[in-house]
Amino acid sequence: MPATLLVAVHVFRDSIRDKVLYSIVAFAVLLMGTSFLIGQLTAGQDVKIIKDLGLAAMSLFGLFIAIFIGIGLVSREIERRSIYAMLAKPVRRYEFIIGKYVGLVGTLLVNLAIMAVAYYAVLAYMTVVLPPGAFKGGPPAMDPRLLLAMGMIAAELALVTAVALFWSTFSSSALLSAALTAGIWVAGQFGSDLRNFDQVVNSPAAVATARGLYYVLPNFAAFDIKAQVVHGLPVTAGYFAMTLLYAVAYIAMLITAAVLIFSRRDFK
Amino acid sequence: MTSSSPASRAASAGAVALLLVLAASVVSLQMYHDRHFRAAATAQQMLYVRSPAVMKRLALSYDALASDLYWIRTIQYYGGTRLSPDPDKHYELLYPLLDLTTSLDPHFSIAYRFGAFFLSERAPGGAGRPDLAIALLRKAMDANPDRWEYPYDIGFVHYRYGEYPEAAEWFRRASQVPGATNWLEPLAAVTLAAGGNLEASRLLWQNLLTNGEQDWLRRTAAQRLQQLDAIDEIMRLEALTAAYEMRHGAPPTTWQELIAAGALRAIPRDPAGHPYELNPWWGLVTVSEESPLWPLPTERAP
Repeated sequence: MPATLLVAVHVFRDSIRDKVLYSIVAFAVLLMGTSFLIGQLTAGQDVKIIKDLGLAAMSLFGLFIAIFIGIGLVSREIERRSIYAMLAKPVRRYEFIIGKYVGLVGTLLVNLAIMAVAYYAVLAYMTVVLPPGAFKGGPPAMDPRLLLAMGMIAAELALVTAVALFWSTFSSSALLSAALTAGIWVAGQFGSDLRNFDQVVNSPAAVATARGLYYVLPNFAAFDIKAQVVHGLPVTAGYFAMTLLYAVAYIAMLITAAVLIFSRRDFK
Repeated sequence: MTSSSPASRAASAGAVALLLVLAASVVSLQMYHDRHFRAAATAQQMLYVRSPAVMKRLALSYDALASDLYWIRTIQYYGGTRLSPDPDKHYELLYPLLDLTTSLDPHFSIAYRFGAFFLSERAPGGAGRPDLAIALLRKAMDANPDRWEYPYDIGFVHYRYGEYPEAAEWFRRASQVPGATNWLEPLAAVTLAAGGNLEASRLLWQNLLTNGEQDWLRRTAAQRLQQLDAIDEIMRLEALTAAYEMRHGAPPTTWQELIAAGALRAIPRDPAGHPYELNPWWGLVTVSEESPLWPLPTERAP
């Protein structure tokens, strides 16, 4: 087995040992509980709210996993000093970094896939229990286009993992890494504000800085197509493909930077 | 491995028992508190964040979920206010809540339509604010220019307030949205020509009964159609009492007199199954106050 894959499998097993998949149980309980209770509260918007809640929960659980496990991917090995044993083996440093990344993204994808099955199961249940008129004027409950939103959530989480791994390669403080990763995720939601900064500020320097930040920070807002998909509004193939390509390019950039930093680190 | 000597097991059982006792006392104290201090605990409904722009930023990428939470709060607020015994209901938070809901999710169709319906409904069933209903629907049109339902709903708000030329104009505008249903143009013509006659009203409610997206809207439409049927029937019954008066010199005082005269076969009942009431002095007919159809749109609740 190639070294990268070995490291990835090791990360996946570690995540299972860390009870990461418990998030799926929490997700299933949340969705099922809500589907039973929601009918009395929403004036006929049960399916929309279950769809919104499911997608938001997938994103939020994944975000916590990506941040809190991602920040420890490398720094925890250094802290535990298991990095010495690892580097003594025939594993190149870039293989180590890429393996770590692939392992956590694999965990997230498995997590997301099982959540998607639970999500569709709850929506199928809603289709059975709700009267046929409940779906009038909107997309069907078991809308396959929801997979588009899940695809975007997966891409967003892969990018967050890359950000967390990047900080993990040189920061020794887990708290600082978590704060930086979460901070970049939050800042990445304000892309349109940064882009349109000239509408609120007159200073050319401030506008140029904001515009620079807009291009440098990852544009996480672009991955949010949850509302469009839930309302059955069109998401073009071009938008979907270009956003995925953007994620791949940004991830490749961050992993390359992480490999460069990690390759130069002296562990003596 | 953990040790589980009889002493440690007894200690654990004691701790669990203590936990249960404490949990029961917490619940009992809360119940006592609710019973004795309810008045002091009643808090005025309020909105901490009123700015949709601020809330949209605070919600990050979870704006649709935040919108759902505000929607649930809107439903609870409207229902709670409507059912409250307070005779002076104002629904002050209805518009701010709907504004937040629809700013967080600009495609939340039912929030616009529900909002417009109950913002424009006269008190005590609604806020009696057609201006806010129209503002909400104009916002819906800006966010969803391809939907004919919103200009149609603006026309409906004008119609409810007897502003027939404006209603007809909005029905016409709705009919011009690509993909609009084909009955809008005749509706505009009927509204403009007849100035709000019963047939135009019936057409509007019939459309809501057939095409309404929500159960509550279809139920309301069904009830309003029954009221229109009752108005038709009352007009027919009043014609009978007028004919009776011409023949006998005085209006009938009971339904039995009309039955004895052969004008009716049985005591007439409204579409909800309650007998109509006959005013013995003037021969006027109304629905019973016991009927779910009371008051009719032509009458006023006390």
